[in-house]
Amino acid sequence: MKLLNSLRLRIATLFYPAQVNTEMEEELSSHIQLRADDLERSGLPRPEAERRARIEFGGREKYKEECHQALGNHFIETLIQDLRFSLRMLRKSPGFAIAAVLTLALAIGANAVVFGMLNGLLLRPLNVPRAQSLYAVQRGNATYIVQSYPDYLDLRDRNRSFDGLAAYTIAQAGLDTGKNPSTAWLFEVSGNYFDALGIQPYLGRFFHGSDEHGPNSAPYIVLSWAYWHSHFQDDSGVVGRTVQLSKHPFTILGVAPPQFHGTLLILSPDFFVPMVNAEQVDGVAFLNARGTRWVFEVLGRLKVGVTPAQATADLNAIGYYLGKTYPKDDGPTSFSLVRPGLHGDFFAPAARAFLAGLMLLAGLILLAACANLGSLFAARAADRGREVALRLALGSSRSRIVRQLFTEAVMISLAGGAAGLWASVVLLRWLSLWQPFPQFSMTIPVSPDASVYLVALLLALASGFLFGAIPVRQVLRTNPYEVVKSGSSGRAGRRLTVRDVLLVVQIAICAVLVTSSFVALRGLARSLHANFGFEPRNATLVETNLSLAGYRSDQLPIMQKRMIDAMEAIPGVTRAGLVDVPPLHMGWDVSPVFTDNMTDLRPWKAVAQAVTYKISPEYFQAAGTAMLAGRIFSLGDDKEAPRVAVVNQEFARQIFGSVSSALGSYYKMPDGTRVQVVGIAEDGKYTANIAEDPQPAMFLPILQSPANETWLVLRSSRDRQQLVAAIRSKLRDLDPGLPAFIQTWNEEMNGALFAPRMATASLGVLGLMGAMLSITGIFGMAAYSVSKRLRELGIRIALGAQRKEVLEAALGRALKLLAYGSAAGLLLGLLATRVLAFIVYQATPRDPLVLAGVVGAMSLLGLLATWIPAQRALSVNPVILLRAE
Amino acid sequence: VAHQAQLLPGTLDLLILRAVSLGPLHGYGVLLRIGQISGNALLIEQGALYPGLFRLVRQGLLKASWGTSDNNRRAKFYELTSAGRKRLREETESWNRLASAIACALSQQPEET
Repeated sequence: MKLLNSLRLRIATLFYPAQVNTEMEEELSSHIQLRADDLERSGLPRPEAERRARIEFGGREKYKEECHQALGNHFIETLIQDLRFSLRMLRKSPGFAIAAVLTLALAIGANAVVFGMLNGLLLRPLNVPRAQSLYAVQRGNATYIVQSYPDYLDLRDRNRSFDGLAAYTIAQAGLDTGKNPSTAWLFEVSGNYFDALGIQPYLGRFFHGSDEHGPNSAPYIVLSWAYWHSHFQDDSGVVGRTVQLSKHPFTILGVAPPQFHGTLLILSPDFFVPMVNAEQVDGVAFLNARGTRWVFEVLGRLKVGVTPAQATADLNAIGYYLGKTYPKDDGPTSFSLVRPGLHGDFFAPAARAFLAGLMLLAGLILLAACANLGSLFAARAADRGREVALRLALGSSRSRIVRQLFTEAVMISLAGGAAGLWASVVLLRWLSLWQPFPQFSMTIPVSPDASVYLVALLLALASGFLFGAIPVRQVLRTNPYEVVKSGSSGRAGRRLTVRDVLLVVQIAICAVLVTSSFVALRGLARSLHANFGFEPRNATLVETNLSLAGYRSDQLPIMQKRMIDAMEAIPGVTRAGLVDVPPLHMGWDVSPVFTDNMTDLRPWKAVAQAVTYKISPEYFQAAGTAMLAGRIFSLGDDKEAPRVAVVNQEFARQIFGSVSSALGSYYKMPDGTRVQVVGIAEDGKYTANIAEDPQPAMFLPILQSPANETWLVLRSSRDRQQLVAAIRSKLRDLDPGLPAFIQTWNEEMNGALFAPRMATASLGVLGLMGAMLSITGIFGMAAYSVSKRLRELGIRIALGAQRKEVLEAALGRALKLLAYGSAAGLLLGLLATRVLAFIVYQATPRDPLVLAGVVGAMSLLGLLATWIPAQRALSVNPVILLRAE
Repeated sequence: VAHQAQLLPGTLDLLILRAVSLGPLHGYGVLLRIGQISGNALLIEQGALYPGLFRLVRQGLLKASWGTSDNNRRAKFYELTSAGRKRLREETESWNRLASAIACALSQQPEET
């Protein structure tokens, strides 16, 4: 208290200007002196006169206090009094205080984490100057943000709305600095990339638009700061050094500043190279192909004074021009502007829906915590009825008492908020350093900033006032006379109280959370055992890129055939096949398809967009994809033979109406080639989204549609390490310079399963929190009702009540409330599964396992929470209890 | 002292205004003046005067300035503002109405009711 007193004095002097204080002091002293003068004149000796004057004046400190109040400056004083009193009250019941603070810490922490993610991914702009006016250009007719390079050039040169329009695309390449060759992720960017974004180099210089003079004219590298730090040990001598990138010499020009991580939130590139050199980096380039949309994103900053609407109109004028000039490649084209960072409408809506859903659930957690604390506070206020009545009787105003209760509530909520914020900051820091994929430098940019702290503070304050408000009515209605006369408020509340309603609400919310986490868990379990259209178990993938190893396209078929044969020669490998990109891997290929009788083959006239795979004949057996009808290709289906394809059921249904009519029929590719369907394969999952709807897919023989980047699929049940060693030695025999990345198919699928796993984990954590909250809520209520009614229970036992009757009297109400709450929550939770269907595979409310799981979990929670109070009720010893009264 | 009357709540402010209306006074002077004009019939604890003075200053009814007392002590002197003068007039009227009404009520003889 000493500390608090000195603190109070110090704050008091802060808030009462020293001048006011000394003046007041001086005035009161002068009064006493004047009075003493008078008394002295009437014959008293001076010391006695001063003593009398002081006594006649009365309580000097008290009047000073009243003077301060009269001046209206007593807010802080009262606040400090309330804080002291609240601290004293809380110290008397540490269990209550700790439980309350922890509950809030959990709830506010959950909210701060989710808000931190929302803030980092959706609210915070990219870390570039004047990010508010930065927009990416999206093709308006699809959720389609990629562009072709010639279209980009037209957009860049013809628009009048942007201060430079930049482009970038993601690539992977081998970097050889002379010591250890390693693969790296890089951005191929337009020459004006850094200038358009307004970024200044940390070291050396950047390349500019003026450095580009046609294909492969600008072999320059700008390193990201992080890559320079980790791979070049902060060596400032790297500027000007020449390194081998995909076996071509490139010169390091400079290093980007530390806070610049590229223009895609989820992937930080290791370095940047000019897009005009794409052919050297990737082995292929489509700098002149207007129909090939491989430029990942086109973005730029609006000129000052240009609105997004004006810019869109400007772009659409260019779109009209493109559509007229290049009807075959572009067709009618419109554009729209989107926020850069999450690849336009491709990632952003999913991320938005997921985070909004999470935010909603986290808000529910906070609401449940507030209901929980509200009922605890109401119970406390009821217990403190005598104290409140006494204070009222002694002349305290009701508003003063309510104010003190609020001070207590806000104090707890701020403590909980601080604890929760601390935990969430730790978690967010960890998340932003987390690398979920070993091959892929993905970052989750969620490090907390000021707005996270602010939101946590506001939430803490709001929740403090929310649950602090619950006992107010109780206090306002207290009749001090009645309470003091009749002792403790021993009314056995039979009617529905606020506390009961709060408990039901809280349990309902918790049941919603438990339900949604069960639905998510079931969804994940189902997605792991879903039919993917291939069998990832016992399959191994070997990723190779022949063009990186220097193979020319006419050498590809021979080498690929040799690789397959070498793999099949490994003992224990039952089958090995080739595919250009395995299903469910990022980077699938989609092609428009047309019916055989169509002559207008412009892309937007297509009957379907089919996912396209280029495979060797062995692929189906190696991948475990079942054939439903027809035949698999053979080696005879080569360049000279008529074009053939195997399509999946969905393809057959969409293009031909049925499987039987599809077999042997023809369809057309965008270039007009007629392709005959020779076989039908089962449906599967193709794009990197486990929850996708059935999609049409076609499998083309790799001999008719060559691919230089291929994955070998091996089916083998051999021990993994032995198998990997065998694969490596076989590949080394074929070509020692061929880079290969080997992993099991299950490992590779981590990427596709990342989103559902994250969703399940987050929902699971929230469900767990909900469960914990409902335990504390029921426990609080049950324990309170048992302790209030110990005397009654004692009398019942003394009169011969059985265990069952005692339990029913003690806990019946709590359990009934639990049942109501759970039923309501289950119902709401099942309605909420519609929302979950966005992120959870086949989220369905009518799942008996989910229903049973929720009912079981809630009963278990009820049992757990009422166990201790029940023991206490049963162990009541009527003799001791009645004697004590 | 035995015959002094307790103040009714709210009347202290009126007395202060009245006392100060006769000329600027320091706090102790206000107290003496009230004693003088009320014939020492009212019991006022000396310190209780000051919250009242501060309140009236805050309401803009009095203004205060430091000066020197008759016996050469520094003291804060209060005087009426124009708002204070107006308030004193209103309060005096309303008090007189109330007092005469109560006096009238109390002086009625039983048979006249």
